[in-house]
Amino acid sequence: MFRILTQRVLGQSLLQQGIRPGAVASASRCFASAAKDLTVREALNSALNEEMSADPRVLLMGEEITKGLLDKYGPDRVLDTPITEAGFTGIAVGAAYHGLRPVVEFMTFNFAMQAIDHIINSAAKTYYMSAGQISVPIVFRGPNGAAAGVGAQHSQCYASWYASCPGLKVLAPYSSEDARGLLKAAIRDPDPVVFLENELLYGEAFPVSAEVLDSNFALPIGKAKIEREGKDVTITAFSKMVGFALKAAEILDKEGISAEVINLRSIRPLDRAAINASVRKTNRLVTVEEGFPQHGVGAEICTSVVEESFGYLDAPVERIAGADVPMPYAANLERLALPQVEDIVRAAKRACYRSVPMAAAV
Amino acid sequence: MALSHLSSTRSNRLLRPLAAAASSLCRPISTSTEPLVIETSIPFTPHKCEPPSRSVETNPQELLTFFRDMATMRRMEIAADSLYKAKLIRGFCHLYDGQEAVCVGMEASINKKDCIITAYRDHCTFLGRGGTLLEIFSELMGRQGGCSKGKGGSMHFYKKESGFYGGHGIVGAQVPLGCGLAFAQKYNKDENVTFALYGDGAANQGQLFEALNISALWDLPIILVCENNHYGMGTAEWRAAKSPSYYKRGDYVPGLKVDGMDVLAVKQACKFAKEHVLKNGPIILEMDTYRYHGHSMSDPGSTYRTRDEISGVRQERDPIERVRKLVLGHDLATEKELKDIEKEIRKEVDEAIAKAKESPMPEPSELFTNVYVKGFGTESFGADRKELRATLP
Repeated sequence: MFRILTQRVLGQSLLQQGIRPGAVASASRCFASAAKDLTVREALNSALNEEMSADPRVLLMGEEITKGLLDKYGPDRVLDTPITEAGFTGIAVGAAYHGLRPVVEFMTFNFAMQAIDHIINSAAKTYYMSAGQISVPIVFRGPNGAAAGVGAQHSQCYASWYASCPGLKVLAPYSSEDARGLLKAAIRDPDPVVFLENELLYGEAFPVSAEVLDSNFALPIGKAKIEREGKDVTITAFSKMVGFALKAAEILDKEGISAEVINLRSIRPLDRAAINASVRKTNRLVTVEEGFPQHGVGAEICTSVVEESFGYLDAPVERIAGADVPMPYAANLERLALPQVEDIVRAAKRACYRSVPMAAAV
Repeated sequence: MALSHLSSTRSNRLLRPLAAAASSLCRPISTSTEPLVIETSIPFTPHKCEPPSRSVETNPQELLTFFRDMATMRRMEIAADSLYKAKLIRGFCHLYDGQEAVCVGMEASINKKDCIITAYRDHCTFLGRGGTLLEIFSELMGRQGGCSKGKGGSMHFYKKESGFYGGHGIVGAQVPLGCGLAFAQKYNKDENVTFALYGDGAANQGQLFEALNISALWDLPIILVCENNHYGMGTAEWRAAKSPSYYKRGDYVPGLKVDGMDVLAVKQACKFAKEHVLKNGPIILEMDTYRYHGHSMSDPGSTYRTRDEISGVRQERDPIERVRKLVLGHDLATEKELKDIEKEIRKEVDEAIAKAKESPMPEPSELFTNVYVKGFGTESFGADRKELRATLP
């Protein structure tokens, strides 16, 4: 029965049966182990549903919003917008000024560039400029980074752009637990939050505990998670790359290298303490991200480690990122433009002085 | 703000015998709330709506309040000009003198639960919403006593408790934000409206039309007010807009063109607009107004306009002079009384500036405050993070 349930959007299927997620979890506790499979999509929808239910000021705005939520909360709280990002984002920020708690959904963050003035100048900076008079409790969410075969204008990762901006919080979930916990935290947060999801992760299922399914569950903002403990090299990643880093760790393990994988979860604030503590333990660092390399998240992590833990480094910091080119369409070129598991493995080995020198440039 | 002042000095005079009161030598300034009906300078020009009547109901007390409020704003802006030239105000300073009738007329028709949002020419709008001269001058000079504690500056005044949402530096951004305020008012089922002010320059911004489309679709109680002072920075309206009929630009959204130098016309139009949008969704008001200063203090304002034009408007259409003539014409006060009010205002402004100068600069630790509502103990850094860093609470 659970298999069938999880294949549909949680919001729709459970709502039709009038069952709350918590109830399902307690049923499962009787029959099986605590873990239940939840897709990232279901995790996000359940988080939205619960937060909308708990706080009447929470509303959803975006293009072609989830039907399940529209059916439950009605068109006054789930608003379908025209394809005019600058306009509706500005409207959402204004609503947040007045005390509502909008969740703005972009079809992808590529389109959010049309609204970026409102995200940065109208949302992020206002609490500071008004010396605390006007807070902006808004969430901007949507798919970020590469999908599959969608080309250059639809594949950019915006993590480093938004994360450089004071006044914003930037979150990037990987698993369903991350998705639920971080989205709930984002909606409850009184500051503007950029919530970077991943198109290709929506359908992926992860086991979640009963605690995660509880409506009070939330994850702390600004704290990374050690997905896998290790002692030879630290690999930092966020979003989809966490999965790749974990696969790389498996491969490295077979070759006698114990990798510690850190799921950043929060790009701003960045959990410098966790990253530095890990590097002080392993003495080697590989940063992984999907986005463009120059001025990226890895560059910030590397500098942080050099500033705080230079004496602990036994090797230069290695950086794996998307290729420094607009995203090509052809499948083979797209594969070359994105980090693959073997890239992470190779970089980790380099950090451990276990590999041959880099191949000559093409 | 002027009302209580008037009544306290007048109360002893009202106790004098009628005979004396009738004498023109010591006739008191009228504080009467007896209705007075005055015609606007010109009729309203409508777009897809029935215009309101040209006959505006007012009373002597209100007219004198208009005079005092506008004169205070005028003096404040002129004083800011001097402070800027004395280098006590830095960066940008966009002055509103000439346009006073717009914010004063608007205030007369609304309450503090209605919201106003504007761009960077916001000093007078802030004053109208209940801000004080001290807060304004302190903020302009970047002091702790400023309304934004010195962290915002000229373009970033806010007064949330009386419905003033800024104070925005990006041309046009305030319009969608204003529609968002109206959205929240409707969502909360307040019977209140929002006025989003923008200039003739901003009227061409795409986001304005995006927000207007959504507002019309969702029936939001938003009034778009184009303060058409005929120049977007240094560019005349006819060089920037194919159609400078800003009140018609909403197409399917009704509009009204108003003489923005006539405070009574502005009051009438805003009252009409508030009633309209609560029933029918958005409306556009175009206020035909004029700024005496250039776009900002770094613009002399005379390279793209003739001095004759500027002095012509001052002579023919000045909003304060208009009210002065009305007050004198209806025998509501004498010339001397009005001059005394102006002297009082000058003194008030000078005192506020002196007090503002005493306000200290913000503490260095203020660099790191109000970045987040909840900082979770995250760190922030100065230019040299090994020298200056702070934990955000």
